[in-house]
Amino acid sequence: MEPITIYKGRAAALDRKNVDTDQIIPKQFLKRIERSGFGEFLFYNWRFDENGKERPDFELNQPHNQNTSILIAGENFGCGSSREHAPWSLKDYGFDIVIAPSFADIFKSNCMKNGMVPMALTQAEVKYLMERVSSLDYELTIDLPNQTLKDDQGFETSFEIHPYWKEMLVKGWDEISITLQYDKEITAYESQKKVISSI
Amino acid sequence: MGKSIIEKIWDRHIVNEEENKPDLLYIDLQYIHEVTSPQAFEGLRLKGRKVRRPDRTFATMDHNVPTVNRYFIEDDIARKQLEALDQNCKEFGIRLADLDSPEQGIVHVIGPELGLTQPGMTIVCGDSHTSTHGAFGSIAFGIGTSEVEHVLATQSLWQTKPKTLKLEVNGKLGHGVMAKDVILYVISKFGVDFGTGYIIEYCGEVFREMSMEERMTVCNMSIEGGARAGLVAPDETTFSYLKGRKYVPKGEEFEQCVQDWKLLSSDEDAVYDQEIILDGSLISPMVSWGTNPGMASGVDGKVPTFAEDIIDSKELNRALEYMGLEEGMPITEIPVQHVFIGSCTNSRIEDLRQAAEMIEGQEVQKGVRAMVVPGSQSVKRQAEDEGLDEIFKSAGFEWRESGCSMCLSMNPDAVPSGEHCASTSNRNFEGRQGAGARTHLVSPAMAAAAAIYGKFVDIRNLKKSEQVH
Ligand code: SF4
Repeated sequence: MEPITIYKGRAAALDRKNVDTDQIIPKQFLKRIERSGFGEFLFYNWRFDENGKERPDFELNQPHNQNTSILIAGENFGCGSSREHAPWSLKDYGFDIVIAPSFADIFKSNCMKNGMVPMALTQAEVKYLMERVSSLDYELTIDLPNQTLKDDQGFETSFEIHPYWKEMLVKGWDEISITLQYDKEITAYESQKKVISSI
Repeated sequence: MGKSIIEKIWDRHIVNEEENKPDLLYIDLQYIHEVTSPQAFEGLRLKGRKVRRPDRTFATMDHNVPTVNRYFIEDDIARKQLEALDQNCKEFGIRLADLDSPEQGIVHVIGPELGLTQPGMTIVCGDSHTSTHGAFGSIAFGIGTSEVEHVLATQSLWQTKPKTLKLEVNGKLGHGVMAKDVILYVISKFGVDFGTGYIIEYCGEVFREMSMEERMTVCNMSIEGGARAGLVAPDETTFSYLKGRKYVPKGEEFEQCVQDWKLLSSDEDAVYDQEIILDGSLISPMVSWGTNPGMASGVDGKVPTFAEDIIDSKELNRALEYMGLEEGMPITEIPVQHVFIGSCTNSRIEDLRQAAEMIEGQEVQKGVRAMVVPGSQSVKRQAEDEGLDEIFKSAGFEWRESGCSMCLSMNPDAVPSGEHCASTSNRNFEGRQGAGARTHLVSPAMAAAAAIYGKFVDIRNLKKSEQVH
């Protein structure tokens, strides 16, 4: 995983609440057995019409939202299914950071497993950012070790992230290799466990 | 201070506890299906890792399988995914209920049926409706593919302790009001994210009175309220359901298990982070009218209006436009062209019995296409033994093989654009049942009645409803 420390980028606003994973990546694209190549299907039914033509009024199709790497959306982003194809498609499309007032639990954890930061800010902060991002020279800077976000107009705020996940992201670690170092503890647990019978 | 059942199960599973770290939680059981597992197995192979406990892993094929001509899978990519699961299970030594297996079915239907799901367990699956298994008094939650890989390799997960929510529903449900209506009512009242960050414990008379299958319907939809997991403390209903099932211990050992399972209840002085108390007698049969499960009303109600200001006007506008409905329209005026009885929410034998009872001796309305997709091969066999298939077929329903089918239409079953479907599934998101499809979530009895009338009807006003529930 690519480590994330200081991150700079332009943002796109998707001012919708409860964006579910069925919208982020519709099910017809879940059949691939690879982890890559999902970006072209991101928000497929919103981005394209029945004939596969771009819908010009969809937010991400608008010219000012091209070449953005931070997505700002409404509350409860990523609700619905557990499909990790949702963060895979966002990342593959080019989004490394998602900002929203709140996230669905499974989506949030899926993001962090893929080197992406799900950043929860207040409604007012999200609104402030959404009002500004359409300007082409508006850039955001994220300092993950210090947990801050700022723009170049004097706005600065902090965000929360569990120290464990922060370390994973900042160092770009593979979680499984960390856990495998707990092999002794897991084995000890298994050997004393009486409750759950053979299944 | 007392502990809730959620904390009791959690504490029993902590492998490692350290400051500034989530708990390392032992996972008793992982279910696997074809859609969210191939990348996890690939990850293991790339790193030369093995599956730590194949004996605590169980796989099935459900999402992609066709429900007619099941051996003829036209879609090459879907077939590749099923083949990948077959190969992965062989390579890593995991039991698989494949298309030939008499045990095949939707993962959340077969797990309980086989007695794999047991009280007090921690259970995961790369599927958000894993919450279903909470009906047995277990902590069961959906995970992403990276976590699937993590559990395969380590049989554990780093998890921060969730907050606890006690949801108590007291009183008696009215005639014609089912488990599905209870959970839709709760979500419509509190929204699709009231449970985010929580595990729910469902308590109170209404859930105590429910059968295991009804509890599964409720727990299944915890995730639609944002909660990764929801559970009901185990009781006699749970134990008698489990007794004699394939993977449940037998004889003396079973009695010992029961003794232990009985310890799994919340202490009287347990403290929760949030508590909600509701009166079950106020619940009507529910119908969703919008594009998430929170957008639902009683069948005797109406689609909301902008003036009422219950839902953000931008959201309401989008939903009404997608669904092709007018504000303030009575629910019973919504036309229905498709009926789907199936999915991990409502495809078990009791669901099919309720639906069959509703339609017996009647005929599906002209212009309506109705189908029943049993949740598993075993549900299908039992329904056929009871003659339910004949009741459905003679009423004009299609009778299918088991699978996820029209719940998410990753398979050939789909609703055409612009048409309305009364569905016993759990998600009415845009495009869920096909591009442009308009899904209305209902109970099996309500779906069956909609097939007969070609629109939603209040089943409490039908004579048959006396017999239901
Ligand atoms: S029936 Fe539907 S919700 Fe349930 S596992 Fe299958 S696709 Fe998911």
